[in-house]
Amino acid sequence: MTEYTSVTDADRREMLEAIGVGSIEDLFADIPQALRLTHGLELDAGRSEQEVYAELRELAARNVSTEDELSFVGAGMYDNYVPALIDALTTRAEFLTPYTPYQPEVSQGGLQAMFEYQTAICELTGLPVSNASVYEGPSAVAAAGYVAKHYTGGRRFIVSRGVHPHAIETLRTLSHGWEMDVVEADLRHGVTELPGLLDDVAAVIVAQPNFLGAVEDLAAIAAAAHAAGALCIASCDPIALSLLRSPGDCGVDIAVGEGQTLGNRLDFGGPSFGFFAVTEPLVRRIPGRIAGETVDLDGRRGFALTLQTREQHIRRERATSNICTAQALNALAGVIYLSWLGRDGFAELGELLVQRTAYARERLTALPGVEPLHDQPVFREFAVTLDAPVEAVIERCLRQGVNPGYPLAAHYPEHERGLLVAITELRSAADIDRLATVLGDAVAAERSGSLQEAHR
Amino acid sequence: MTGAAPVTNARDAQLTIFERSRPGRRAFAPPQLDVPRRPLDELLPAHLRRAHPARLPEVSEPEIVRHYTRLSKRNFDLDSGFYPLGSCTMKHNPRLHERVAALPGHARLHPLQRPERAQGALELMWRLQSALGEISGLPHVSLQPSAGSHGELAGVLLTRAYHEDRGERRTKVLTPDTAHGTNPATVTMAGYEVVKVGTDRDGNVDLDDLRAKATEDVACLMLTNPSTLGLFEPAVSEIAEIVHGVGATLYYDGANLNAIMGICRPGDMGFDIVHFNLHKTFTQPHGGGGPGAGPIAVSERIEPFLPRPQVVRRDGHNGDGPFYDLEFDRPKSIGRLRGFQGNYGVFVRTYAYIRSLGAAGLRDVSETAVLNANYLLARLRSLGVLEQLPVAYDRLCMHEFTLSGAPMKRDLRIRTLDLAKRLLDFGVHPPTVYFPLLVDEALLIEPTETETRETLDGFADIVAEILREAAADPEIARGAPYTAPVRRLDEARAARHPVLRQEL
Repeated sequence: MTEYTSVTDADRREMLEAIGVGSIEDLFADIPQALRLTHGLELDAGRSEQEVYAELRELAARNVSTEDELSFVGAGMYDNYVPALIDALTTRAEFLTPYTPYQPEVSQGGLQAMFEYQTAICELTGLPVSNASVYEGPSAVAAAGYVAKHYTGGRRFIVSRGVHPHAIETLRTLSHGWEMDVVEADLRHGVTELPGLLDDVAAVIVAQPNFLGAVEDLAAIAAAAHAAGALCIASCDPIALSLLRSPGDCGVDIAVGEGQTLGNRLDFGGPSFGFFAVTEPLVRRIPGRIAGETVDLDGRRGFALTLQTREQHIRRERATSNICTAQALNALAGVIYLSWLGRDGFAELGELLVQRTAYARERLTALPGVEPLHDQPVFREFAVTLDAPVEAVIERCLRQGVNPGYPLAAHYPEHERGLLVAITELRSAADIDRLATVLGDAVAAERSGSLQEAHR
Repeated sequence: MTGAAPVTNARDAQLTIFERSRPGRRAFAPPQLDVPRRPLDELLPAHLRRAHPARLPEVSEPEIVRHYTRLSKRNFDLDSGFYPLGSCTMKHNPRLHERVAALPGHARLHPLQRPERAQGALELMWRLQSALGEISGLPHVSLQPSAGSHGELAGVLLTRAYHEDRGERRTKVLTPDTAHGTNPATVTMAGYEVVKVGTDRDGNVDLDDLRAKATEDVACLMLTNPSTLGLFEPAVSEIAEIVHGVGATLYYDGANLNAIMGICRPGDMGFDIVHFNLHKTFTQPHGGGGPGAGPIAVSERIEPFLPRPQVVRRDGHNGDGPFYDLEFDRPKSIGRLRGFQGNYGVFVRTYAYIRSLGAAGLRDVSETAVLNANYLLARLRSLGVLEQLPVAYDRLCMHEFTLSGAPMKRDLRIRTLDLAKRLLDFGVHPPTVYFPLLVDEALLIEPTETETRETLDGFADIVAEILREAAADPEIARGAPYTAPVRRLDEARAARHPVLRQEL
């Protein structure tokens, strides 16, 4: 018996007798002897709760979290503040432990929360239909591509190099199976430059703001996509939609994005959620669960999963997607977060981020050896070019307890000395001043080091 | 009791957070603007901005807490009662896992933190890879997929990469007619054609049908073992021979892994690729529909194609300890399936579970899961329930079993759906219904190892009572539930006239 099972030796004897077999071994009679393990699994023996806690705590202590350093790393996930009420509500067993709501009569709480979530996502994206969540941001981009492929019959995607590199790579992984071409559109002055009209395009895919922090002219891109007979897919930072024109208003057909920044913790990359919203004509192509409003036998308002004929458990090989379990609890955190911010608070948070980011951009680019990588409007993240080796500069900053940002070289060879800096509401003016001091010193030290090298 | 008060409460409970909104209410107090304010037009030109704020609810913190607390009480949950949902493995979710996953060193670790500053996380992932490799008998593990269906997609894409690397082009994937819907859906998404394989009289894969359909253009057979009927395929080694004989891969859908941990291993059965459902077998709470995680384990020949990055352990230099790293340089990799490194928070919980139980504990889990299922079946039999709800294939089951409600429908004039809805009035979550598809009026019952014998006895008594009740008056079950927050919902109307968001 383990700490999580409840069958005693006496129970076991009586249960085996009721079944009519002599031993536990007999229950596994269908498993050929040759396949049975003759020795135990080579895993350590079980340990007490307090020992496991101590081990997990020790592992946690060997990570440098955003509580341990002053971090300006974003690039797809952000150290936003998660309000206490989210922890309190999402750890309630009634939300934490149920399965997907296949029995709607006893799942009204989860279903109504999905409906509220969908409403909030529609409001952010300016699109009429949202599903109840997909896995996360980059795979949502690929899933949107799959919808566009089926809807348009096009054979290629044009994806901006301003889309998150993980999303582009995920799209490539899946496109291989779909025999679709992925054509990358370059950035010019920090924003997407669409190539001339191409035939057979299923979708033009951009990010808002893009990976370098720049706000794109979504309306112009959507118009160009439609002119080519393609859909426009925008991967959006939902926090930026507090102030930016909504993708739906810009003519975007499918808006997706990473939801982590809405009340979910970093968790080293997951679990978070992806959001997915579409125009009316695409409603029967959308992947994943959707909650809908209806009535019960007595005419009372109620909610149920709906449009299930799109889904794998009904439609099987003709389903619009294979997705089953997604991210309901994370999406719940998302709608609680948006309710907590509220109509005015959401806009206020957006403006705070824009103001602090502008301040940080101004402070950093005033430093000798730090230039703006582009001059486009930004929201909460911006890119700079250092006149010094980026890795060495970062190392120097880390020694001062400051993680200054994400180096761009791995994804943009042309920006070998690029650094992407993210601001959240947890980074105050004083924190930004500290970043400026530490980064300025580090760049200066590396430049003088390289000058000395040159003189030698 | 009649009167206005309860009705008002019921209606109030159904208000959405948007309907509770009142202009001027708020919960969020923003941090002070501590930098010089610049005109917004200078920072974000007007043509890029919204004309009106997003119409989010205007509500205070106490209202939010009360609203979602009230909503939560309209959910049935695993901590409140028995949840024998077949093929979903609704086992207890240890609360230690929530505590350790919330430690800031895990919860507030940025996914792009440099490996030397995330050694605890990478070591945990590496150890989890090793443990899952040992449990499955397939040594190479990628933790990246986000859920079972995502793992399936990874598996079929790996198969494609493997064949392409050998210069082969194959077009079909085989799935048994008992398969989860995710299997055929995955096959289509990965660009293959689905070919169904039949089930024989005993509930096993029909070997003759398999032999006939296993041709040189078949890329893979996706198999669940134990199957979705709750039965172990005794001829699994022969199945592997047939599939490998035509150069195809054998894929293991790990939804039912809870039956065999420490008893036998997919790798030893001849499977090439396995996915795990960490939210089933390994206690990740299901969250009302996620999050989960669907790591995969593969054999030697599939390893070069695993998604990137891969967590690796490198030997230390000059007497240093080992270094855990993310390896991106994998030229044959199928590439990424998602952002970052996977659902790490789920890995923390899974790792804690495996550490708590150890090898002997995991085996005890599977033994007890199978014991509980067979005991429940025996108990239902002894109460005469199987006369109305015969077991679909009368043999020893593994961790779950399938009943058919066809005689009940004919003799008592209630359907499986009615039985399921009536169970709600007894405080029990119904089993999976109408799946597997090949069993008429199917009920798929999985009690899991975490339930007591008393709970199983109680469930059997409830089912017997509902059948007796239906014999006297079938209308009771047909009208159920009566005690749930709502009665049966008009799902046809929801689909015909979709209302998918609130008009604001």
